[in-house]
Amino acid sequence: MNLITALARLLIFPGLLFAVPFAWFFLWVERKSVALMQGRIGPPFMQPFYDFIKLLGKDMPERSGVGGLLMKAWPLLAVSSAAGAVALLPVLPASGGFQGDLILLLALLEVPSMCIIAAGFSSRSIFGEIGSAREAVLSVSYNIVFLLAIVSIAASQHTFRLEALAQLPPSFLRYLGVVAILICLPAKLHLNPFSLPNAEQEIYSGPMTEYAGPELAMWELSHGLEWVAGTGLIATLLAPHVSLGWLAILLFVAISIAIVLLLSVLASATARLAIDTTVRFYWQCTLIFAVLAISSAVFMGLKS
Amino acid sequence: MKLWNRLMCYCRRRSPWIFHMNSGSCNGCDIELVASLTPRYDAEQLGVRLEGSPRHADILCVTGPVTRNAVGAIKTVYSQVLGPKAVVAIGSCPATTNVFIDSRTLDGPLDRHIPVDVFVPGCPPRPDAIVQGIAKAAEILAERGNQQPPLPTPTAPETGEEQP
Repeated sequence: MNLITALARLLIFPGLLFAVPFAWFFLWVERKSVALMQGRIGPPFMQPFYDFIKLLGKDMPERSGVGGLLMKAWPLLAVSSAAGAVALLPVLPASGGFQGDLILLLALLEVPSMCIIAAGFSSRSIFGEIGSAREAVLSVSYNIVFLLAIVSIAASQHTFRLEALAQLPPSFLRYLGVVAILICLPAKLHLNPFSLPNAEQEIYSGPMTEYAGPELAMWELSHGLEWVAGTGLIATLLAPHVSLGWLAILLFVAISIAIVLLLSVLASATARLAIDTTVRFYWQCTLIFAVLAISSAVFMGLKS
Repeated sequence: MKLWNRLMCYCRRRSPWIFHMNSGSCNGCDIELVASLTPRYDAEQLGVRLEGSPRHADILCVTGPVTRNAVGAIKTVYSQVLGPKAVVAIGSCPATTNVFIDSRTLDGPLDRHIPVDVFVPGCPPRPDAIVQGIAKAAEILAERGNQQPPLPTPTAPETGEEQP
């Protein structure tokens, strides 16, 4: 029984069968809301699906040797780890099955950005290398805040287990941690104020410059799955615990869409920041906030 | 298999990603191409996306009368765009070399170097004409599928009249 529920979580909900259409849906919501903010009509509803199928049918450039193999491997690794991260989300905490803790989720969420860094360097394109270097600097700066936020949530609630976290009543510090995660999400998803790594037109397509056809389709899919995983993490931390299954799913989806809308509005309202400004933002402003959160969490833990 | 092919054809028609290449243009057509993506004309309704890398693109949009320096770059970029692909020549310059005809710094028109699918004439053409040209090229690309048109056979540059 446990194996069946684990497989169901991995493959059906919130795993692949749910996550892939939602990845496309979130990509559409992002593009559509940016278009609406700019006074345009924007792409049709099925656009990310059309893009994906079209990319699957395109030719591939010939690549030989280990470099070519690596370039094939990175997007697959990114997609599988992002899908794993989505499957770990405790949307239905009582159902059991495929279980993990926050640390595994964080590791899986981190793998796609590692893959992007490696992909840019293994493509040997000068623009890819610049993009990868930027991604590396960015991930070093936002990850400290991201990790501190997660640790402060875990310390304030005395558990790292996702199921237990989803069932506990949220404390004030959990909301503080959620805000910190929310600040890190635009950088994780390469959205506009922090869209340095794939700065369109400025450094061509950044790490993705040399990728084409099915590989690019995999990158698009992993980006969409990162959207689902990132917004889903916040949704599971914010959603109040309800015993009804369908209500929990509905709440999860509604909060995720609200966060996607919030991030897209932010992306269309802001311009890209330079690398030094971005790094300063995360190290100076947000790090203070995160250190405050974790120290109060530790203090609370000592008192109780 | 037939269903998959029909789906692929439909998706190719609905998702043309373009790469913009300037081969010595006066910038007139370039800003009109950008204007076709702005709120007033909004080419994204057709799924058009301006891509940063030729590797991602389906449609190569070339502006300018093809200067001698640009020929090598055009051929390189055309070979970097992966099939199925189409080429749109934007403006009168790539079609006929326009007012620069007989200039010794030119090696145009464009279809001497790469196969062109759609010409959008005008100096510069209106953004709605450019959007129509891209839509037409997407249709051609979807119907043609993986067969690529042959590269034009190289010919000696046309010698114009004697210049001072």
